[in-house]
Amino acid sequence: MSTPLTLSAQHLTLFRGRRCVIEDVSLELRRGEVLGLLGHNGAGKSTTLQMLAGALLPTSGHVEVCDFDLSRQADLGKACLGFLPEHPPLYRDMTVDNFLVFAARLHRVSAAQLPDFLALAKQRCGLSEVGDKLIGTLSKGYQQRVGIAQAIIHQPAVVILDEPTVGLDPTQIRDIRNLIRELGNSSSVILSTHLLNEVESLCDRALILQNGKVIFNDTLAEMHRHNDIESSFIRLTTMQAEGVAP
Amino acid sequence: MIRLLARKEFRCLFAAPSTWWMLALLQFIFAWFFLARLDDYLLVQAQLAQSGNAPGATISIAAPLANVLSIVLMMLIPLFTMRLIAEERRNQTWILLSTAPISSLHIVLGKFLGLLALLSLIIVACGLMMCAIALGTHVDVGLIASNVLGVWLLAASYAALGLYFSALTRQPIVAAFGALAVSLGLWMLEMSNGMVRVLSPTVHFQALNSGLINSSDLVYFGLFIGAFLGLTLYHIRRERGGAR
Repeated sequence: MSTPLTLSAQHLTLFRGRRCVIEDVSLELRRGEVLGLLGHNGAGKSTTLQMLAGALLPTSGHVEVCDFDLSRQADLGKACLGFLPEHPPLYRDMTVDNFLVFAARLHRVSAAQLPDFLALAKQRCGLSEVGDKLIGTLSKGYQQRVGIAQAIIHQPAVVILDEPTVGLDPTQIRDIRNLIRELGNSSSVILSTHLLNEVESLCDRALILQNGKVIFNDTLAEMHRHNDIESSFIRLTTMQAEGVAP
Repeated sequence: MIRLLARKEFRCLFAAPSTWWMLALLQFIFAWFFLARLDDYLLVQAQLAQSGNAPGATISIAAPLANVLSIVLMMLIPLFTMRLIAEERRNQTWILLSTAPISSLHIVLGKFLGLLALLSLIIVACGLMMCAIALGTHVDVGLIASNVLGVWLLAASYAALGLYFSALTRQPIVAAFGALAVSLGLWMLEMSNGMVRVLSPTVHFQALNSGLINSSDLVYFGLFIGAFLGLTLYHIRRERGGAR
């Protein structure tokens, strides 16, 4: 493929104490790709995403973002990343505008670019009306949108979204999915989700985790080959649980 | 980056109504104490004037005020420092900083300086109150300056101590109590005799309180602040997983 790699993770392993939480997870992402991260509760999705975003350093293995190693050139790498964690990191006593400006400045957006970037992020996430409201007074759905806006305001090459549509109403879910599709044109997106139809409608590729290990990493077409996506997912995860090679 | 974080921290402190309440209450307490000392001084002033080498107004009013300020700040600073890191962890906003392209050193210094800016405001307000003596009599500007410097260094030390405790836990209350307990313990050391006394920041404040600026005291405060900022940095780096 000719499109450049934006994110590459090699042999990520993480130990908590003596317990192996993530075992040998590798993945690659190219510009313009949307990758869906699937798995049961506790499979290690959020932990993997945190390692990809540089919040956790893996015990072994390394992550490269836009060719910058996250453990050695962390600042350069992290500047190309936007991350929405499971719980959106919001300062409840700041206004939406102030918070987004702070997030943008943290990610080294220059003062000249700031107004344009702010306006674009607010317009994309439907926040134009609530710029001067305190984040703490917003509804859950709006807070989630502020969280997403915070992750994309500096127009990063890689956007990592941990369950972006949780707690949203159907219209908002549709809007966010459109946004992810739009982001997928210019950047690479990784999203973790429990909703299989979300993966089906958004993602180019899927990666399934079970007990910290990758049990499937291929295009959606491959997943579709045998069956519909839901039964494929259940087949893959139960086979793994029973110890049969998929 | 340090300035960005410090400014944000300063603004957030000012956005909280509790900060305003505390500032108002502090000013009230200091004004009360100031006026009480002034009253006492005026009562005994006539007798003092008869004795030779009588203590002046500054040392009778401003120095005790600085002493009170130092004790009040010891109690108060843990309440400010607890939110710096522990509360960010509890509110899950810490991850925003840890995934941002900034080094741990910048985070630590930004938070420390942001709080120090607020504390400086309190101290300057109190310093101005001391200077109000100038309306009635001659003031010993040097003594006031050394007191303000002493309180400021003491406040910075408590802020660094509190920041470290804030980095250790995700419970703001635990951070506040931990920092308070250690500051109280260090204060108690002042009453002991022997070598351990030199560990207490308040002992080093005494000289400044009486107008004496020793370079050894300045070095002590520098080391104290540096040590706790260093420990905070070490802890945050280790938590991020080794490197950086």
